[in-house]
Amino acid sequence: MALNPKKCEMPTQPPSERAKNFKEVALGYTLEMAKGEAERCLNCKNKPCVAGCPVNIDIPDFITHIKNGELEAAYQSILKSSSLPAVCGRVCPQETQCESKCTLGIKFEPVGIGRLERFVADWHNENVTEKPARPASNGHRVAIVGSGPSGLTCAGDLAKKGYEVTVYEALHTAGGVLVYGIPEFRLPKAIVAKEVETLKNLGVTIETNVVIGKTLTIDELFEMGFEAVFIGSGAGLPSFMNIPGESLKGVYSANEFLTRSNLMKAYRTDSTTPIMKGGKVAVVGGGNVAMDAARTALRLGAENVYIIYRRSEEELPARAEEVEHAKEEGIEFHLLRNPVEILGYQNPEDPRDSKNGFVSGIRCIKMELGEPDERGRRRPIPIPGSEYDIAVDTVIMSIGTSPNPLIKETTEGLAVNSRGGIVVTEEGLTSIRGVYAGGDAVTGAATVISAMGAGKTAAKAIHEYLEQG
Amino acid sequence: MYKIVRKRVLNPTVTQMDIEAPLVAKKARPGQFIILRVDEDGERIPLTVAGTNPKEGTVKIIFQVVGGTTQRLNYKEQDEYIEDFVGPLGRATHTEGIKKVCIVGGGVGCAIALPVAQEFHRLGAEVTSIIGFREKNLVILEEEFKACSDNMILLTDDGSYGREGNVTVPLKEMLEAGKEFDMIITIGPLIMMKFVTLAAKPFGVPVTASMNPIMIDGTGMCGGCRLTLHRNGETVTKFACVDGPEFNAYEIDFDEAMSRGRMYADFERHAHAESCNLFKKVQGGES
Repeated sequence: MALNPKKCEMPTQPPSERAKNFKEVALGYTLEMAKGEAERCLNCKNKPCVAGCPVNIDIPDFITHIKNGELEAAYQSILKSSSLPAVCGRVCPQETQCESKCTLGIKFEPVGIGRLERFVADWHNENVTEKPARPASNGHRVAIVGSGPSGLTCAGDLAKKGYEVTVYEALHTAGGVLVYGIPEFRLPKAIVAKEVETLKNLGVTIETNVVIGKTLTIDELFEMGFEAVFIGSGAGLPSFMNIPGESLKGVYSANEFLTRSNLMKAYRTDSTTPIMKGGKVAVVGGGNVAMDAARTALRLGAENVYIIYRRSEEELPARAEEVEHAKEEGIEFHLLRNPVEILGYQNPEDPRDSKNGFVSGIRCIKMELGEPDERGRRRPIPIPGSEYDIAVDTVIMSIGTSPNPLIKETTEGLAVNSRGGIVVTEEGLTSIRGVYAGGDAVTGAATVISAMGAGKTAAKAIHEYLEQG
Repeated sequence: MYKIVRKRVLNPTVTQMDIEAPLVAKKARPGQFIILRVDEDGERIPLTVAGTNPKEGTVKIIFQVVGGTTQRLNYKEQDEYIEDFVGPLGRATHTEGIKKVCIVGGGVGCAIALPVAQEFHRLGAEVTSIIGFREKNLVILEEEFKACSDNMILLTDDGSYGREGNVTVPLKEMLEAGKEFDMIITIGPLIMMKFVTLAAKPFGVPVTASMNPIMIDGTGMCGGCRLTLHRNGETVTKFACVDGPEFNAYEIDFDEAMSRGRMYADFERHAHAESCNLFKKVQGGES
């Protein structure tokens, strides 16, 4: 059989339909599609894809199992390296990781590794009800701060080794950014809940409504008998541009807008959570979070949604697939544009007009690309006199976050860098013995999978530390 | 789930509850707040801690029924449970070096002001309390304030109880008469706090205001609670949940905070009405 030069397409909801609902956009492979795609894997000896995976899943191994129709074996193979396969199969940027290293990709399209991973995980979740065997306890207790991707990964890896793990979560639901940040149409919450359930079956305890740094301190965790702590407290304070008008009503951080829709369920018609719906929406920024916010606004009923990004399409930090999906759904891209002011409504006749103080527009300036900056990206430069206004009702700022400040304030001796990120060694060890950290709390806003990689690295280091005694 | 150990109706729209939350009870200091959800899929609302009993493991909250969520909370009875209760959040009231303090509370804000007054009293400071209400049947916590204040002035807007007028009047009188305070702490409606600040300004007394903006997570993640401070000619954005809730009142942009506070005013009124209707239906046994 001749090799198909192209990846098997994954079916999706038609753009016109999905732009009006919160159901998942991509529908997943059928068994036939998965087997066909698995056949494309060359099973090469040096496995470059494995090195491209932040958690080093044995990719050719699980794909071989799919070829042979051994789907549960494929799942177990992934599970050895990843605690959240159904999540990663959906939100990992495979095109810059495993798939970018695929040998097949030199001449043709690489193997659809992410789509296969998703297929295997979904198949398992649908068909296997058997709970995993709970490992025998080794008597050591570890506390994890935050139930996002880094915390859950660290918890899973340690639980599999027999550690008694307690995960502390500040919000009322476990999952961190997977539940408050990433929207339902990209990552259904039932899938996150299922992955969390799997961890609980492994013996992991999850305590919601506990803010480490406030309800309990790191020192108290040690007093309570935990022998090591992993901090995966995630991103904190959202950044704003410090331009006039950012305090007008109708200006959100992407975190707030997405949290209202996702965690607080404003996307459901029966929800009591207030959120600005409809009208014209401007989203400032070009990352995955910006795409999520824009597409959420659209689904909530916006007439027009604009992405405003200061560089060109080539530099958009969002995944190509997300940008593609957004465009198909009708999101308009205003590239090489930067906001200089958010304009507000004020009725000069009537100070009690209920529209006073709400957003009425956004003033942008056109940009051009200059010399590359220290990170190699071409620096955007404003073109003087090119300002113009766009009429909008809502503005969503999606220009990044800084690490959560609560823990460093109450933990003596915990070193942080100038941006507030916790300082760690390659193994994830902080400046305090027995305290490890990873994910956005260390790096600032990054990806789910890099956070998972950090959780995994720290779990290994914690195991070595506690084994030595 | 968190148990309602005691419930007490303070006035027709203000209720007090003691909630079982041992970890929060052990940690909470005056000035800090908690976030709760009444039921699954409910809204997260911030409420300032009105007192704690670490031995019993309970936290006292006092709330005014203003929207759908507080309405549903008010329907809960003793020995029932609320879904979520997390804290303590925010920074505690700064008490160091303050020997003479004036606490200016308005309406349900007095519930938050009380533990602050009690804390200063416990620390041996001279406490002056000025508490104002709209009318007689909305007065709360009078005895409690009396017990922890060296001097207490109670006012109602319509003069139906205590002195007539608003809280800035006796404050100005005292300052004009040469009364000295190391700090004025004001807790209540934004408009009241703004005018307390303006009244104190000519006398150069430091004023702290406790802010209670819209927020979701309370840990510095959403940014919804941001407010603008004007500090030495510069504009600074702060987050009430992690940097506050108390701020130097002279720096706060009260007008902006008032505007932002009304962002969901229409939505709230609607939710409140819906919740009332639903309750009436349940009570009346309609379909």
